[in-house]
Amino acid sequence: MSTFRYLENVATLELKSEKCIGCKMCMEVCPHAVFKMDNKKAVIKDKNACMECGACMLNCPVKALKVRSGVGCAAGIIASKIGLEIGGCDCKNSANANSCCSSDDYE
Amino acid sequence: MSLENKHSTCCSSSASSCCDTSSAKQEVSFLSTYLNWKDRVGHWKVRCSFSRMNYKVEPGLYGVGKPSKDSPVLVSANYKLSVDRLRTQLTGRDVWILVLDTKGVNVWCAAGKGTFGTDELISRIEESGLSEHVSHKNLIVPQLGATGVSAHQVKKRCGYNVKFGPVRAEDLPEYMDNKMTASEKMRKVDFPMIERAVLIPADFVLTGRNVIIAAIILALIGGFANGTYSFYSILTTGLIYALMLIITFAAASAFGPLLLPWLPGRAFAVKGVWIGIVCFIFIILFGYDYGMPNLLNYWFNFAAWLLICSSLSSFVVMNFTGASTYTSLSGVLKEMSYAVPIQIVAGIIGVILLIAGRFI
Repeated sequence: MSTFRYLENVATLELKSEKCIGCKMCMEVCPHAVFKMDNKKAVIKDKNACMECGACMLNCPVKALKVRSGVGCAAGIIASKIGLEIGGCDCKNSANANSCCSSDDYE
Repeated sequence: MSLENKHSTCCSSSASSCCDTSSAKQEVSFLSTYLNWKDRVGHWKVRCSFSRMNYKVEPGLYGVGKPSKDSPVLVSANYKLSVDRLRTQLTGRDVWILVLDTKGVNVWCAAGKGTFGTDELISRIEESGLSEHVSHKNLIVPQLGATGVSAHQVKKRCGYNVKFGPVRAEDLPEYMDNKMTASEKMRKVDFPMIERAVLIPADFVLTGRNVIIAAIILALIGGFANGTYSFYSILTTGLIYALMLIITFAAASAFGPLLLPWLPGRAFAVKGVWIGIVCFIFIILFGYDYGMPNLLNYWFNFAAWLLICSSLSSFVVMNFTGASTYTSLSGVLKEMSYAVPIQIVAGIIGVILLIAGRFI
């Protein structure tokens, strides 16, 4: 169980349960166990754990999920605001993304 | 056979047209499941951010062991560290690895940017001639690739079934032995101490360049002494100023990631402030014994360093949000909306007080 919790009440994740067909794809792709099944439909169990990666939205076959997806990276946000490369990391340019990204350890 | 002795196929990323006309089975390169010393040295180098953007594998289809038409197909990114993590988990297995062209970026980051995505996966399936080597239509994509790969779109557009494998390559053997089912634990991203620790060198080297410039500026400020400017003062007071800045930066970039779960506050900018304050206390307690001049003598200096240490440290730890595995865009925007103005104002006031202190 992860001990990490980020800011509360900021995640933009929305689930339209009337559209849900219960395929469980959102549960499969979510890296923070935000969803659970309730009566054969997905429900948001832990919205504050959502990191807005957008995997659930992209993999929901009936478009029941909506989230403003993006990378929570302060250096990247600053770089895009001032249009400069900061410390060799330019998140807008995919070729340079490794420098600010952590997922070396995730395949 | 190691990665280095691979035969090139006709399908490099730059020359794809030849594949459409050729019906002959394309040659496949084979990967070892062991790392040689060169791989290991390479890993350390990229960890420290040397040639980090150019640590690539040629995209395409690779074999591990003696794969047959029924062997599973694993999808990966063409960042060499990603492929190495994957292949070393596959000792004694016969599998295919389909390497996508992510411009040398790891799976999660590339998926976030769309280069590890539905379009690239579909075109790579075609270009690599996967269907000539494999009779089934199942692909195992790392779970974190789901930010870029839409399983139902892949199915619709080229008929392949995407199954999302575990988050970590380390869990793949268990996943594959367990009829391709992932436990809840395999699906969750954590951020343990070791993963935070390995991020420190790259961050340190990258941001360090800017900190050196700031340290030089502080050293030059130290050159002011009693209304005059002296080279001697740069070498004494100025160098100590520069050193204090570098110590604060080093402490923030090391202890920010290491102590992340225990630093009070959820916003990274707040977590950073504590390191800055502790650093400041450390500097005045120990620095005084080592002849740190004029630090406690004037409240100007005292306030200046408290502001400089805490704003720098807050900024450094805030920038670690990009490397963490659980911060959302909305959350980072929220904390930045108040933290950045405070950091800038505190930093500027700190430097002004420091300069003012040199004239009193």
